Amino acid sequence: MKLTLHIWRQKSASHVGRMVQYEHAKVSPHMSFLEMLDVLNEDLIAKGEEPVAFDHDCREGICGSCGFMVNGVAHGPQPATTICQLHMRHFKDGDVLFLEPWRAKAFPVVKDLVVDRGAFDRIIASGGFVSVSTGSAPDGNAIPVPKKNADLAMDAAACIGCGACVAACPNAAAALFTAAKLSHLGLLPQGQPERHQRALRMVAQVKQELFGSCTNIGECEAVCPKEIKLEVIARMNRDYLKASWTERGDAYTGSE
Amino acid sequence: MDLQSKTPSGPIEQRWDRHRFEMKLVNPANKRKYSVIVVGSGLAGASASASMAELGYSVKCFCFQDSPRRAHSIAAQGGINAAKNYQNDGDSIYRLFYDTVKGGDFRARESNVYRLAQISLNIIDQCVAQGVPFAREYSGLLANRSFGGAQVSRTFYARGQTGQQLLLGAYQALLRQVATGKVQMFPRTEMLDLIVIEGKARGIVTRSLITGKIESHLADAVILGTGGYGNAFYLSTNAKGSNCTAIWRAHKRGAAFANPCFTQIHPTCIPVSGEYQSKLTLMSESLRNDGRIWVPKKKGDTRSPNQIPEEERDYYLERKYPSFGNLVPRDVASRNAKQVCDEGRGVGEGGLGVYLDFADAIKRLSKQGIRERYSNLFDMYERITGENPYEVPMRIYPAIHYTMGGLWVDYNLMTTIPGLYAIGEANFSDHGANRLGASALMQGLADGYFILPYTIGDYLAIAKLGKVDTSHSAVRDVESCVIKQTTRMLEIRGKRTVTSFHRELGKLLWDECGMARNEAGLKKALQRVPALREEFWNNVNVLGGGDELNQALENAGRVADFLEFGELMCLDALHRNESCGGHFREEFQTPEGEALRNDQEFSYVAAWEYAGPGRQPILNKEPLSFDYVHPSQRSYK
Repeated sequence: MKLTLHIWRQKSASHVGRMVQYEHAKVSPHMSFLEMLDVLNEDLIAKGEEPVAFDHDCREGICGSCGFMVNGVAHGPQPATTICQLHMRHFKDGDVLFLEPWRAKAFPVVKDLVVDRGAFDRIIASGGFVSVSTGSAPDGNAIPVPKKNADLAMDAAACIGCGACVAACPNAAAALFTAAKLSHLGLLPQGQPERHQRALRMVAQVKQELFGSCTNIGECEAVCPKEIKLEVIARMNRDYLKASWTERGDAYTGSE
Repeated sequence: MDLQSKTPSGPIEQRWDRHRFEMKLVNPANKRKYSVIVVGSGLAGASASASMAELGYSVKCFCFQDSPRRAHSIAAQGGINAAKNYQNDGDSIYRLFYDTVKGGDFRARESNVYRLAQISLNIIDQCVAQGVPFAREYSGLLANRSFGGAQVSRTFYARGQTGQQLLLGAYQALLRQVATGKVQMFPRTEMLDLIVIEGKARGIVTRSLITGKIESHLADAVILGTGGYGNAFYLSTNAKGSNCTAIWRAHKRGAAFANPCFTQIHPTCIPVSGEYQSKLTLMSESLRNDGRIWVPKKKGDTRSPNQIPEEERDYYLERKYPSFGNLVPRDVASRNAKQVCDEGRGVGEGGLGVYLDFADAIKRLSKQGIRERYSNLFDMYERITGENPYEVPMRIYPAIHYTMGGLWVDYNLMTTIPGLYAIGEANFSDHGANRLGASALMQGLADGYFILPYTIGDYLAIAKLGKVDTSHSAVRDVESCVIKQTTRMLEIRGKRTVTSFHRELGKLLWDECGMARNEAGLKKALQRVPALREEFWNNVNVLGGGDELNQALENAGRVADFLEFGELMCLDALHRNESCGGHFREEFQTPEGEALRNDQEFSYVAAWEYAGPGRQPILNKEPLSFDYVHPSQRSYK
């Protein structure tokens, strides 16, 4: 298979980037998308050109490292599939592909297809946890969790933090990511004591990070490789609203 | 080298309790005066960082990924063992201890394994309290599944993503401490060397992967939770970035490396499809419950599997092991797959694969029945291979999956360098020569949440550490070593890419030091690895600069270390004249072709000491004794 690739090349955050065209003639339909880029990079090195930088690690669709836009779609055309699990058999000989990094103000480009998603860590650090220190836990079966809630919590907890939702959103909102964590913990009894404070804090952090606002467009759900549902955002909004009305300051949770 | 395991004596059930009482404590008000460095943010590193920060220590945590949540623990599928006996099926701490020692083929320390089994209970409680969404029954109580090497149901799981959920629990605990300021997090920062001052580990030298800045970080203790060395084989189920650089450079600064030849091969992975293959993907072992493994009887049979009639198929596991059949342990299943492929009966492109056939199970349970059990795995298989396993048999082949060897540690998890600790897969620890399924997550979290935070206090309380700063000559020396190596790699500008060296090394190690090893092959590898290393340092081509994000340069440093480490692994495999667990030496097998242990001569931990460049490493032995579980021959006939 032969492909024409237009890839965003940018030396660093402070350099100006541009699209560069590459003809790739060594594509096998059995390759994964990232293996296709590996082969391109080996050829570039042989020609004395710097290889294309992209984030990747597990290549099994679970670590969340990889991700970029293929012809304007986050993680490419295959639903529920990260770019590392996307295989070239889904493309045709002669296809022209445009590869661009995630585009969002809160995800500045580091180099080529690599962006800085540190904002996601800061959102979690603002409240995406249960404040239980090591050693203070009761027996695992002390608090039963209805199976349905455990399953729904797991659906939300499946988020891999790749950032596709932000990249796909016309507003570059981080609603699906934030709401997935709020849903995961808010559906479990262990998450109740801090539930409202968590919603207030995480939403406040999202605003600080220059993400846009959610206007319920649904692009995030469409590209999410883990099929996180929009309903998590509804849960977040309910929790946030309730918390805004009833918030009683730091005495509420006892933390800090 | 004096290997003191510091294992407590007395009845095994009381050893850890007594040891905890005898250890020195650091006064709560004094803890904040001590600083510790944790390298790695997987299950072990993240849980250790969080727990030590909760205690009051000042923690710096480093990872090479863009976020601590990406560490490779996240990819673990199956589950985590705990001797809760919630199923009332006869499980106990003693039984988990017994299964683990036996599963490890009698090459682990009994005291450590017993402690691990005890702590397994607390881990589940802790993770549930953090909000890990474990699978539950309709009663709302925790569900269990069974796993290889055990006759009880003691594995807790969160769908096929247990590692992900446990890691996110530890990651969230870690970030809670980042928010309080007790942990300072350094993502995209790689440890490149260890600073040892007056015989004690006092810090690390790192490179920022974004700016290329080389920096020294000093502390009162250094903890390595940097995972295993499976990527020495190039193709493995490990993440692409997993590497041995931290433990290898610590080894070169004086930490003994234990049992490097103990590597685990997983029998059910998706086979290699071409030269461009970058990694291998695991298909859960649970598939062997319903799939039947076979190859054609005839060599070089190229017919499609559905055209091969029943009588021309060889269900070799069922034939050779009638009582366990397709459910023999990982090492046995892997070696037999290799054997039939070596005979020229392998299937698929390149002949390195065997069929895992669900046709009978579909007849018995219906397509829907199989879909309910394995749909996610079948989908993943189809996504990668483009073949529908409901219609044609899966093709599978063994791949490197886990490494039991690692830095030698005592009962306190301290290496042979005072103040340097190794936790999780990075140490040689508790799995002996073979790890049981669902035990890696257990060990990583046991080390990080419940062992290290206690044992480190015992060291800090009595170590009497003087003040050091980055102007110390030892710090400067290590920094300049790191800068020199980085610069040198960028200046070679040879003809071959880093990946081509890595691939060649991997193939060599896989062929000679993989599933089956023999003296001649290992000697050949011991000749060829140094030659390849020599070529690397003269002919590698790393483009770009050192002061920017340069993935080829990162990779070059890691491959340079694999090129040194690979030699030690072969040497260890050559010296161990026996077969045990994941280490199978063809010369040492029973007449039926099973692993033949030699307890008389090899019931010890081989702890290798670095002797300088180009010098033969020195072998130190820690004898193993078994007071509770008596060594026996494993048989699965």
